[in-house]
Amino acid sequence: MGEISTIHYLVVAAALFAIGTIGVLTRRNVVIILMSIELILNAVNLNLVAFSRMHGQLPGQVFSIFIITDAAAEAAVGLGILIAFFRNKETINADEVDLLKW
Amino acid sequence: MQPVATSWFFYGLSAVAIVSALMVITRKNPVHSAISLVFTLLSLAGLYLMLYAPFVAGVQIILYVGGIMVLFLFVIMLVNIEHNLREEQFNKQWLVATIATVVLGALFGYVYYHGKGFFPAAVPPTPEQVNTQQIGMSLYTAYMFPFEIASVLLLVAIIGAVVMAKKRI
Repeated sequence: MGEISTIHYLVVAAALFAIGTIGVLTRRNVVIILMSIELILNAVNLNLVAFSRMHGQLPGQVFSIFIITDAAAEAAVGLGILIAFFRNKETINADEVDLLKW
Repeated sequence: MQPVATSWFFYGLSAVAIVSALMVITRKNPVHSAISLVFTLLSLAGLYLMLYAPFVAGVQIILYVGGIMVLFLFVIMLVNIEHNLREEQFNKQWLVATIATVVLGALFGYVYYHGKGFFPAAVPPTPEQVNTQQIGMSLYTAYMFPFEIASVLLLVAIIGAVVMAKKRI
């Protein structure tokens, strides 16, 4: 159990990013795809805060707050689209969104 | 104040974060996924506290756990998941996607392993009493313009969500 340095946080963030990417690419449920996007955004946030700590400067934390704001906006619009989609097709399966597919 | 048992807290919080993140993408029921995501977000808030960022940790708990996750749970209750639970949960390209992402993660690990010397082993503790004050100062001075853009973005998101979810406009 050595000292925890920046690299440990970066490895955790990379793992969370990879898990979120797997979720986006493999799941069919749109709600869980949106949750995986939240995981990816959180991994980026962890990187930003870890680098902010490493340099002893604040902009990383300020931008992580902006990213949380963006995540809120993205979740609101994405879930609105999901409700509209469910009203039209009676499903929340991402594979059924094929109206534009020839 | 000198922190105690830092590495144990770090490994515990990271393990909780990663295990519950894995549960988010593997559970069948979206409600279980949402609860697991709450655990991931809370342990990330703990990691932010360990990084001397108490304001970001507070925003994480209030906005993510209190705001966004409640939104998710409301939408899960609005849509009918009974039909979805009986379907196949993973799509056809799951094997290729998993292999590609694991390769990407290995690339990250490789880069971090080789760039290890770039990161300092131990960083001196930064003062956390003035963290919130300093973030407020930089939000209202240096980052005034992005702050206003973020407020416009939130307004657009509110209007967009209402328009999307409304039955007839």
